[in-house]
Amino acid sequence: MTTQLDAAPEGLDSTGSRATRVLGVLAILSLAVLALFGLILSPPDASQGEVVRILYVHVPSATFAYIGCFLTTIGSAMFLWRRSAWWELVAYASAEIATVFTAIVLVTGMIWGRPTWGVYWVWDARLTSTTMLLLLLLGYLAVRRLPADHDVRTKRSAIIGLLLVPNVIIVRQSVQWWRTLHQKPTLLANGVGAKIEGLMLFSLFIGFIAIGLVFAWLLIHRFRLAWLEDQLDDAGLDAAIAERRAEGDRS
Amino acid sequence: MIRDALLIAGKDLRLELRSRVALNQVLPFALLVLVLFAFALDPDKSVLTEATPGLYWIAVLFSALLALQRSFAIEATDGNRDALRLSGLDPAGIFLGKVLAVSVQLIVLEALLGVGVVVLYTSRIDGWVLLAVTSVIATASIAAAGTLYGVLAAGLRVRETLLPLLLLPVLAPVLIGSTRAFEAALNGSPSEGWPWVGLMSIFASLYVVAGIFGFGPLLEES
Repeated sequence: MTTQLDAAPEGLDSTGSRATRVLGVLAILSLAVLALFGLILSPPDASQGEVVRILYVHVPSATFAYIGCFLTTIGSAMFLWRRSAWWELVAYASAEIATVFTAIVLVTGMIWGRPTWGVYWVWDARLTSTTMLLLLLLGYLAVRRLPADHDVRTKRSAIIGLLLVPNVIIVRQSVQWWRTLHQKPTLLANGVGAKIEGLMLFSLFIGFIAIGLVFAWLLIHRFRLAWLEDQLDDAGLDAAIAERRAEGDRS
Repeated sequence: MIRDALLIAGKDLRLELRSRVALNQVLPFALLVLVLFAFALDPDKSVLTEATPGLYWIAVLFSALLALQRSFAIEATDGNRDALRLSGLDPAGIFLGKVLAVSVQLIVLEALLGVGVVVLYTSRIDGWVLLAVTSVIATASIAAAGTLYGVLAAGLRVRETLLPLLLLPVLAPVLIGSTRAFEAALNGSPSEGWPWVGLMSIFASLYVVAGIFGFGPLLEES
């Protein structure tokens, strides 16, 4: 195996490049700045107290989870339309990153909810529809990772990916309706939507930059890894045959 | 397209009439679910009566999964899929025919389940028009989305476990809508139920259109 890696062209044995290393360092630095502002410099909230600090991670994560979903749907549409393997990998990579970010949103939301509402979970429209989003993403990933032919996997997961955003919109709308017909959505009135200004707004802004950089870094690397996986699938058989031949020559 | 749809629906329903799989297995399963709910929830307190719409539609959803799997299982054996593709029928017609056949079976099942909840849960039935329209629209939604995701899962070794994972989150709006509409009908305030019927109509239209365009490529490739 090592000989194969050595023989690979420059850069192919790693998912990093100079640009992504710079991006990675920037992401780490911005996370440090976010920690500084989010945990130390920004003041506690008047009504929520110290708990508000988790929102500097929570809100940007939610935004980028949604961006990931849109990328999945766009990538799937481009794949079905243009047969572009590049877009298919974009869809796959962003679905995976979006899943991670959706999970982060749910976990940080629950940690925020416990001291704020007294419970980890309420059947609020946003919480419920975010959970449904996670389940829809898991469905996409389940199909994309099927133990089946590559063409079958990519085509079927692309159709699910194409329906992802419409599904999210319908589910979100119905869940919102479902809750508002029962009770007024007062829980979040003094939460995320509340007026936010000064140093707190700035911290949130840094949160968006830091989480955005992390998102981009993860996405690029996941994309390259998926691309290498595909190459390996193609090259696997050829390499095995070549190796057997080489063994034959030696003996 | 309509003629092809009727042909396929006729074929599937004739198969069902002769094999009676839905009648002998899916319907008893649905009734079993109703009885299991009674075991799980105390039947002496009025929980069952109050929760009738929700329990009813959960039973329908689970039974629909079985009916859908059956609908694709009959194409899986003896190279039926290839025969279907070679038949020259319009793929959109095949899709609509499958949807129609599943819908007819589900409507029959829902009617019998309705008798079941009246008898077993002592639920009172009111607001017939809303109940009937809700049932038809919800059934069309379940059948359309189910047939589209059913063909996505068809032919794979993991189809039995994959279909529920893919389909049930997508059907969440239908479950919410049909349950709320039934609640509104049973509580004697049908005006609250009609917006949900509207939402489910949009859902059904979306999936019928998606199926008409997406079914052909999916059928060809697997």
